[in-house]
Amino acid sequence: MPHIICLAKQVPDPETPASQFRVDEAAKKVLPAPGIQPVPSQFDTIGVEAALRIKDKQPDTVITILSLGPDSFRDTIKHCLAMGADEGVHINDPAVNDADHWATAEILAAAIKKLEPFDLIIAGRQAVDWDMGIVGSTIAEILGIPVVTIAKDIQHNDGRVTVERVLLDGFETVEAPTPAVVTVSNELGEPRYPQLRQIMLAAKKEVKPWTLGDIGIAAPDKRITLEALFVPETKVETEFIEGDTPQEKAEKLATRLREAKLI
Amino acid sequence: MASGTLVIGEVTEGGKLNPVVPELIGIGSRLGVPVTVALLGSGVEGLAQEAAAFGASKVIVVDDAILKEYQGDSYVPIAVRIAREVDPAVILMGQTMMGRDMAPRLAQRLGTAVAMDCVSFEIQGDKLLAERPCYGGSARARYTINGTPQIATVRAKAQEPAERDDSRQAEIVKQPAGVGEGDVRTRIVERRKEKAEGVRLEDAKVVVSGGRGLGGPEGFKPLEELAEVLGGAVGASRAVCDLGWYPVANQVGLTGKVVTPDLYIAVGISGASQHMAGISSVKNIVAINKDGDASIFKSSRFAVVGDWKEIVAAFTEKVRQLKASG
Repeated sequence: MPHIICLAKQVPDPETPASQFRVDEAAKKVLPAPGIQPVPSQFDTIGVEAALRIKDKQPDTVITILSLGPDSFRDTIKHCLAMGADEGVHINDPAVNDADHWATAEILAAAIKKLEPFDLIIAGRQAVDWDMGIVGSTIAEILGIPVVTIAKDIQHNDGRVTVERVLLDGFETVEAPTPAVVTVSNELGEPRYPQLRQIMLAAKKEVKPWTLGDIGIAAPDKRITLEALFVPETKVETEFIEGDTPQEKAEKLATRLREAKLI
Repeated sequence: MASGTLVIGEVTEGGKLNPVVPELIGIGSRLGVPVTVALLGSGVEGLAQEAAAFGASKVIVVDDAILKEYQGDSYVPIAVRIAREVDPAVILMGQTMMGRDMAPRLAQRLGTAVAMDCVSFEIQGDKLLAERPCYGGSARARYTINGTPQIATVRAKAQEPAERDDSRQAEIVKQPAGVGEGDVRTRIVERRKEKAEGVRLEDAKVVVSGGRGLGGPEGFKPLEELAEVLGGAVGASRAVCDLGWYPVANQVGLTGKVVTPDLYIAVGISGASQHMAGISSVKNIVAINKDGDASIFKSSRFAVVGDWKEIVAAFTEKVRQLKASG
């Protein structure tokens, strides 16, 4: 019975219009945009999709969603369960509400040890808020297991995982023994969207609430300090090319670019 | 006490010094000398003098067949060993496929942290202050790293490369790999390239990019024609690559390539921050979009509102005429 643990994080909706994206510079936090709900980090739901594709082929696979965050993260876990995952673990402890990437990895690794045995840990290549891409690989290092990053396809067979990785100008296929960590990229494809029936089924699936005490770990020290967070100024003066017809606009554009010595 | 900068060098598939290396040496020379460059690979020994010419005072070469292709399990332990021996205050790597994979693992093994995908640096007291885009490019964060060494990966072309001076000399030290087949748990089964014809995106002076607004894969034909007339390359947004309209290798953006052409023509691209992250240092953006409120216009020097098909067709024609008349 293969066991896959998928890591999932909740983030402010990356589709938030730029005009509504605000930062509290003193608190060094992004302010929630009014009326826009936080969403599961997209690379993480792509990870759940990868796990579900394995489960589609091998139906006795058990998929656990593991998440570290405040109360609202429960919605993200529920979303992943509604996609088809089997159970959730929600580590929710005020002591680590502002854990850095390394503290997060330490806590998740300790939780994963409690969830043993497992075959695969699947994470997004990076979270779509901080875009660092640290946690998946760091967990592999802590647990002393192989990691393959930036996957577009994952095949799992008998103690072995075959991963197609995205490279700069192509792809490579890499094999590793399990248990292993794999991080996934958008090239894997769109995550499936929960259907109504699955949403209702998910309501009955268990989400275990864990604290640091349950895992038996103290709040880890931070290794990195966020000194400032701000919205960069864009100082571009935009020249709108006007004209009565597309032809006129196109010709004006070409002329202006020639004058600016750009063509 | 830890001092100076260690640059983890990188070699392109063609066996050349990756262009990010002179940029890293340039940053290192400003932040903290001496700059040591570690060069890992197979058949890389000849590149040591080049690293010296860009300003490295010491080059550690680990040239072994096992390092022919990057694999974390072979590269990370060697980098850890060199980092312990050199004991630098700062370690720099490129935000390349290798850097993305290797830096977090290196940081964990050294018990420190890494700031990924940085675009600029300052010195604050005895600390490195690293600035990096986050929230898909909507915000910027500045970090310090609490421990030592302070590790950062650096976005390509975010900083000027160091100047090359072939008269410069460095101490060149060869080291054995010290890792064997048994240490590498992963195995590369196959590698395949996606088409790489014409001008490389990363080197192009002009890039013509298409987004969802093209309406379908056939929309890229006229863009390819325009790119050819301009002697440029074709890029694509993540949305259209995910839809399979254009090869992933041409994707521009946070999860694709960072490009720095003199002129970037964005056609039917709304300007999601994830895309803008790939063109953040481009000064001349032309946006063609039917939606006058498209957010890309805010970052564009020239904006054309209207039907892209007609505009691109007429624009290509006009450029052809201008080029023909000199």
